[in-house]
Amino acid sequence: MLRHRQLPVHSLQSSIIIIIVISPRTADTSSLGLLIGIIITTMVVYAVLILNKAGGLIYQRDFNPGLQKLSSNDYLILAGTFHGVHAITSQISPTNETSSSGLEVLESENFVMRCFQTLTGTKFLIFAEPRQQNLDVVVRRVYELYADYVMKNPFYQIEMPIRSEGFDRHLTSYIKPHQ
Amino acid sequence: MNRDPSPFRTASTASTATSPTPKYANLTASTNLRYSLTRKSIYDRHLNRTKTSELSKSAFAFLFGEMVQYAQKKVYGVQDLEKKLNLHGYAVGQRFLELLLWRDGRTAKRETRILGILQFISHQLYRAIFQKQADTLEKVRENEDEYMISDNDPVVNTYISVPKEMSQLNCGAFIAGIIEAVLDGHCFPAKVTAHTAPNEMWPGRTVFLIKFEPEVLEREALRVGS
Repeated sequence: MLRHRQLPVHSLQSSIIIIIVISPRTADTSSLGLLIGIIITTMVVYAVLILNKAGGLIYQRDFNPGLQKLSSNDYLILAGTFHGVHAITSQISPTNETSSSGLEVLESENFVMRCFQTLTGTKFLIFAEPRQQNLDVVVRRVYELYADYVMKNPFYQIEMPIRSEGFDRHLTSYIKPHQ
Repeated sequence: MNRDPSPFRTASTASTATSPTPKYANLTASTNLRYSLTRKSIYDRHLNRTKTSELSKSAFAFLFGEMVQYAQKKVYGVQDLEKKLNLHGYAVGQRFLELLLWRDGRTAKRETRILGILQFISHQLYRAIFQKQADTLEKVRENEDEYMISDNDPVVNTYISVPKEMSQLNCGAFIAGIIEAVLDGHCFPAKVTAHTAPNEMWPGRTVFLIKFEPEVLEREALRVGS
């Protein structure tokens, strides 16, 4: 499944195409339930990142062994930069709507990135293959796992980096078998 | 003279219905969370009403997590923390045993043998709390006075990931406390501890090690002789 490609996040700096989806999620959510069973058959997810509400990186994980890696400092910078870009994109809606969801999808030739921001301001970023469909279902499932195995863990300090074995395990067992 | 608004007292006056509700009824209703607006307290309900009812796992996970955090504030080490959780469980176990035997009614039996009481714990008690039986019940080969009950995935540990620096800790100490109380209640004094014993299938497998006091074995030996 793995092809020799550049690490997706690298091309973020030289951003090739940026599609900014500003409108809030529309009516297509009704068909999501039907699709959940179908999408999972092949799923190539490169990486999962979680940002806390201050823009700090609290979780980072690669799912394909062959990918190039950034240094840990660069990951933090990437997270902080994305947080800023997201804040800007949520302010520039041309319509009169009071609130905008901000940047949700970012596409390039080599990868697609999906961002999901929760009501509390935590952001989930998923990097995947460009052909990958229904990433919003995947991202929601990751959110669910986060709510279960991170937030219900009494040893987790809120807003701090996630070091939870249960979360790692369940994330692996959700993403790995489908690759 | 006797004016304390104890729950038992108000409950009995409400059921007889001959006397009007006491003057301080409104006061208790507003100040005591145990009373709903209909003045029905948990003491007015039949004890069997909650026999088959289920509890939200998330709600329990949050409550238990909060309990662990609270216990963590006042301890000096992992062992101290486990002891604290064990004590919390002990308080639950004492009350739960009473309820369980009451629910059994006339069929309730007082276990007098070690094997009997261990089976009671791994079957009846476990099913009453977790709606499943404990996964195994074994005897420790090396020691005469030690037994093991194992649970492949304890409910209390579902969402808990213990950090590496506390790897000795197993929050199943709470269940160990419940087991200890039930054993004590049957006059089988013992120490019960929870240990993590993962295998490939079950990373969260927990073993409850039961170590009986010497007098229990002494008594058991006498019974075997008779």
